[in-house]
Amino acid sequence: MEYVVITFLCLGILLYFLLGGADFGAGIIELFTSANNRSKTRKTMYQAIGPVWEANHMWLIIAIVILFVGFPRIYTTMSVYLHIPLLIMLIGIIARGTAFVFRHYDAIKDDMHWLYNRIFRYSSFITPLFLGIIAGSLISGHIDTNAKDFSSAYIYSWLNWFSVSVGLFTVALCGFLAAIYLIGETTEAYDKRRFIKKAEYMNIAAVVFGAMVFIAAQLDNIPLTDWVFKNPVGLSAIVLASLSLILLWYLLIKGKTQVLRILAGFQVTMILLAISYAHFPNFIRLKNGNAISLFEAIGPEKTIYSLGLALLLGSVLILPFLGYLFYKFQKKEE
Amino acid sequence: MDDFLAARSQMALSLGFHIIFSCIGMVMPFFMAVSHYKWLKTNDEVYKNLTKAWSKGVAIFFATGAVSGTMLSFELGLLWPKFMEHAGPIFGMPFSLEGTAFFIEAIALGFFLYGWNKLNKWFHWFTGMVVGVSGLASGILVVAANAWMNSPAGFDFVNGQYLNVDPIQAMFNKAWFSQALHMCLAAFTATGFAVAGVHALMILRNQNKEFHLKAFKIAAVFACIGALLQPLSGDISAKDVAKRQPAKLAAMEALYKTEKPASLLIGGIVNEKDKTVKGAIKIPRALSFLAHGDFEAEVKGLDKIPEDEHPPVAITHYAFQIMVGIGTLLALISLIYFVNLIRKKPLVEKRWLLKLFVLAIPLGYLALEAGWVVTEVGRQPWIIYGVMRTKDAVTPMPGIAYSFYIFSAIYFSLSIVVTFLLYRQIKMVPVLYNDKSIVKTN
Ligand code: HDD
Ligand code: HEM
Ligand code: HEM
Repeated sequence: MEYVVITFLCLGILLYFLLGGADFGAGIIELFTSANNRSKTRKTMYQAIGPVWEANHMWLIIAIVILFVGFPRIYTTMSVYLHIPLLIMLIGIIARGTAFVFRHYDAIKDDMHWLYNRIFRYSSFITPLFLGIIAGSLISGHIDTNAKDFSSAYIYSWLNWFSVSVGLFTVALCGFLAAIYLIGETTEAYDKRRFIKKAEYMNIAAVVFGAMVFIAAQLDNIPLTDWVFKNPVGLSAIVLASLSLILLWYLLIKGKTQVLRILAGFQVTMILLAISYAHFPNFIRLKNGNAISLFEAIGPEKTIYSLGLALLLGSVLILPFLGYLFYKFQKKEE
Repeated sequence: MDDFLAARSQMALSLGFHIIFSCIGMVMPFFMAVSHYKWLKTNDEVYKNLTKAWSKGVAIFFATGAVSGTMLSFELGLLWPKFMEHAGPIFGMPFSLEGTAFFIEAIALGFFLYGWNKLNKWFHWFTGMVVGVSGLASGILVVAANAWMNSPAGFDFVNGQYLNVDPIQAMFNKAWFSQALHMCLAAFTATGFAVAGVHALMILRNQNKEFHLKAFKIAAVFACIGALLQPLSGDISAKDVAKRQPAKLAAMEALYKTEKPASLLIGGIVNEKDKTVKGAIKIPRALSFLAHGDFEAEVKGLDKIPEDEHPPVAITHYAFQIMVGIGTLLALISLIYFVNLIRKKPLVEKRWLLKLFVLAIPLGYLALEAGWVVTEVGRQPWIIYGVMRTKDAVTPMPGIAYSFYIFSAIYFSLSIVVTFLLYRQIKMVPVLYNDKSIVKTN
């Protein structure tokens, strides 16, 4: 059962990254869209993510519930030492979710929309930034459980070049995912071209920030290059990701949307795999050189058993329903 | 503000905020389903418009409920890491099932809100029902988790270790049934009265009478059934508390000295220093009966409980008075309403009754919040009753006061915006739903 639970945990994180990421990305795209195209982008986006954003968001909750039920020590270590970035991310989630719904359901369209839009765009940027920072901090080895003073315990655990680079990288990936997703959601040739351009820029940004992550890892003595290049799985994942990049650019120019989506998802999955495979099952690396591993922090047997059962049962109930939701609202209205 | 107090206040604030939205999320889908059903059966456009108007309100509330709930699932760790480290695996079962229920709810809501004219109409209706049923299920499940904190079960506590964990047994602890029943009724009562009251106000103002009358009826029937059952369920809860948490019961009743038979105090000013209550109405033997079903029974007072295990008496007592007071009032209103309904008197003529409903708009929620204060403050100083103290569970990070201020500001502004949006929705009813032509969605 522990493998079931761990699989669901990884799946939850991955799907949140892909689906929730595309969702955040849509806001980022809007942030970087020139003013006269914004309202159109907004409309496309609403049709695309309106019906599903709530469900996308659930993956985060699933992941966090698995963490606190099944891996309490990981959950509490994160909560204590990454309190501040978690808090900022939460504020972002609150602001974003409410602004998104408010602006759609406000019965009167007036100046309030200026405010909703502002909040939505900026929080769409900040939330994935801090999500990335948190992810980066977990593996950066800056979390110091023996810290004596406030800054080294609660600030430098996440405020360092490596974590921030991972944060920016995450933002670029989200934007990229969203642009690819939106290409398929619009029927107008002009808009399609706009989103293709956006996808290209975001892809370039991702490559740049990705390089920055590696440089920061070097400076910080994080063995990221070893993880990725000295490990067959990591290496093949990164090679596949790079190869698919070439294919992706080709398809972008051709405008083949369905394949593009799958490919973009594949690419991001490969990147996550490359980064995380080598130190699996270690989930948090600590400053003193130790690590907290999933297997070591796992909860009591009965709990894991019933958690696994609940997850399996849940997915039998949920997945067909969810698939139908995506299917039903994929079909564009004329 | 010291960090411990700030953490407790932040927790209370977040929960108090979330509960309002989650109750609406649990109950409104049922109102909509009734109205939707009537539309499908009678083809009366008013019911269709009503369903749509309500569903827009629900979408606003649902989003707010969802984000504040997400906030909570992190906050448990951010504020109470030591608690979660031990409690997570034990009381986590309801949370993991709740995850499933939420998920289904979110998916079904997607179908419901965006499915007009796209789905088979009965399937569409069914998705609305699914939203309600899974919302109710998740409510019951979270309350089971809270009940575990009041009545820990499913583990052996040996030398500070939590052994032989059994999450299923933990979920079906002794308190879950009485709490879950009372909570579900409370959700229907509070939301029902709030919704009915708003529509009563519009009827009084002579706006879109047909629309608002239909809305009022649906909400009022749910509310009044809930309110009539609430005192009965509250009595079950009280007997339960007497058995399992005598300190809480003593604090609710401000019973400083053990009495046999014990009299019930209504109202009064509590002086925590001298351990006295002034100016309360005393009903002899009533407490013995309410707590143990026997007019002669002994009721344990705070003198039988070690001083360092006393909950804050004044807050618990006042909150209990508020809840019971409002509960009695709402039950009376409900009685009048049903008598009126049975006699088939047209409602519009009874303006005073409608005014009573308007008065009751905030009351249900007030009682609900007060009830939670009774349960949670009455559990102090324990976070897990009899096992772990709240102050041992708090995060070591200093400066929680700032996060408390930030969240107070956020919740405050969210409440304002939500109220404002709702006001606008209601204001737009005449424009959007006046004519009987098909109303455009989105
Ligand atoms: C509309 C709201 C509402 C109304 C009218 C009432 N209650 Fe209540 N009460 C709640 C809403 C509530 C609640 C917020 O839902 C609580 C908090 C925890 C729980 O399980 O329910 C609660 C808790 C609660 C408890 C503590 C349970 C525990 O700690 O386990 C008792 C003893 C009562 N109630 C008793 C009553 C009585 C005797 C009422 C008589 C009229 C009453 N309540 C009306
Ligand atoms: C939604 C309804 C609820 C409300 C309004 C509520 C209210 C409160 C209040 C007022 C406090 C502060 C008590 C004090 O410090 O004196 C508190 C504390 C707390 N509650 Fe609840 N509660 C609710 C449900 C829950 C549930 C379902 C859980 C968890 C499963 C929970 C977990 C906690 C925890 C961990 C604390 C902090 C520790 C403590 O003060 O004991 N509560 N809550
Ligand atoms: C008695 C207390 C509570 C009740 C009755 C309750 C009920 C609900 C309901 C019905 C929803 C659905 C959202 C809606 O319809 O608006 C919801 C949302 C949520 N609640 Fe609570 N809740 C309670 C306390 C808590 C606590 C303590 C937590 C965290 C540990 C929590 C976590 C969540 C989460 C994560 C969501 C969002 C799910 C979504 O996206 O649909 N809730 N809650």
